[in-house]
Amino acid sequence: MARVHLQTPFSEEAIRQLRVGDIVHFDGTLFGIRDLTQIYMFDQKHEPPVSLKGMPCIHTAPSLKKVDGKWAPICVGTTTSYRMDRFTPPLIEKYGVRAIIGKGGLYEQSLEAMKKFGAVYLAIVGGAASLETQQIVEVEQVYWEHLHPEALYQFRVKDFGPLTVAMDSHGNNLYREVKAEAMARLPEVYRKLGVA
Amino acid sequence: MASFDYRIVEETAKQLYIRALCDLPPDVREAIKKAAARETQPTAKEVFKAMLAAIDIADEKKTLVCQDTGLPIYMVKIGTGFHWDGAEIKDRLYEGAKRATQEFPFRSSSTHPLTRVNPQTSVGQGLPVVYWDFRKEADTLEILMIPKGSGSENMSSMKMFIPADGVKALKKFILDAFVAAGSNPCPPGIIGVGIGGTADLVTRLAKEAIARPVGHRNPDPEIAKMELELEDAINATGIGPMGLGGDISTLAVHIETAYTHITQNPVAVNTQCWPARRARATIHPNGQVEHGY
Repeated sequence: MARVHLQTPFSEEAIRQLRVGDIVHFDGTLFGIRDLTQIYMFDQKHEPPVSLKGMPCIHTAPSLKKVDGKWAPICVGTTTSYRMDRFTPPLIEKYGVRAIIGKGGLYEQSLEAMKKFGAVYLAIVGGAASLETQQIVEVEQVYWEHLHPEALYQFRVKDFGPLTVAMDSHGNNLYREVKAEAMARLPEVYRKLGVA
Repeated sequence: MASFDYRIVEETAKQLYIRALCDLPPDVREAIKKAAARETQPTAKEVFKAMLAAIDIADEKKTLVCQDTGLPIYMVKIGTGFHWDGAEIKDRLYEGAKRATQEFPFRSSSTHPLTRVNPQTSVGQGLPVVYWDFRKEADTLEILMIPKGSGSENMSSMKMFIPADGVKALKKFILDAFVAAGSNPCPPGIIGVGIGGTADLVTRLAKEAIARPVGHRNPDPEIAKMELELEDAINATGIGPMGLGGDISTLAVHIETAYTHITQNPVAVNTQCWPARRARATIHPNGQVEHGY
């Protein structure tokens, strides 16, 4: 388990060095996306008004407030990722996103794209939104505001983490490993529970 | 009797929703701390550290622990020693949940099931969910509020087994449901289990099970034993906090039971995430309100 501190934009080289189980913190730009953001982007074919190249995207629907015309965070947390799996390969291939931040993990097609183009899935601690919100220095921009709370958000973050590398660019998937281990343990667990 | 001011119920319903989101119950905090101390896996230890930090920051900043404001559930116990007006209580709970959302303000997570239009109030037809119960020896109105997040609620399951399947089938179902849910319900949380009743009652029992303070055992020693057995089994899977692997996969298994039909053997699982949020208030006929968890 390595501890890594990164700065955005992420280079392919920096991302390829990460292995499952590593703990990442980073500074810089973070884009917030959600189900509707990506339906709008991919199904309804709207080009993002900003470059996502080398950037991390987090699965979120933030609570924000507008103070004197400027957005400020009330509570920014992370949602379960699997619902947005089918958007992930094009996000990585077409727009050059280097890290997806979420909880619960993604499926094989996303892992394949990560391997092919050099990207990772970083698992955040779900439910710890208060910590996440504190690490957001500024809401720099809200694009596609009419989609709020599922717009495209540009945050500036400081020491964002801890994030566990759960899917890396070498085809490793920590969730898959943990589940396989659980399945391997199950016969013994069943036996002890008297349900074998 | 007629002089009770029901605005107190509305205000309490509002405060309960906000407090549940911001201030985790002491038993949940204690359980997370204990789990963090027992955990040996490095990644899992890091996850627990972040959970504890999130609890502290929410205290300091008086903000939400988790952004998922959930669907509002109020579990109401009416003391029959005072003439409480149930219809009035129902309306006030609705208004209180709505005002909490708009006045804090926090995200409304409710939506129309077909049009998917969010009323931005956390309420709507059928919401808040209200459970009604009665107590003979009291004159108070007790309200337990639970905001139920979707990460854990989406992992709920229920099955109508038959008597021939026995208790074995129930235990296996509960364990398998946990493994299938994996990382999604933000483990380690409370695994609420309902056994018996009808298809709807068994599901409600599972929800009542997650409402119990962490580790409060079922008073029936046989059922309490089953809770402990299942806790050990779930922890032995190694799923760990946030499904990233570790020693602690659940804070507690709680089981609630009801008598069922001679031909039935129903079971339901309702998972609660690690920020197992709840807030309680007891309202007296003189308008005094006691706050708890």
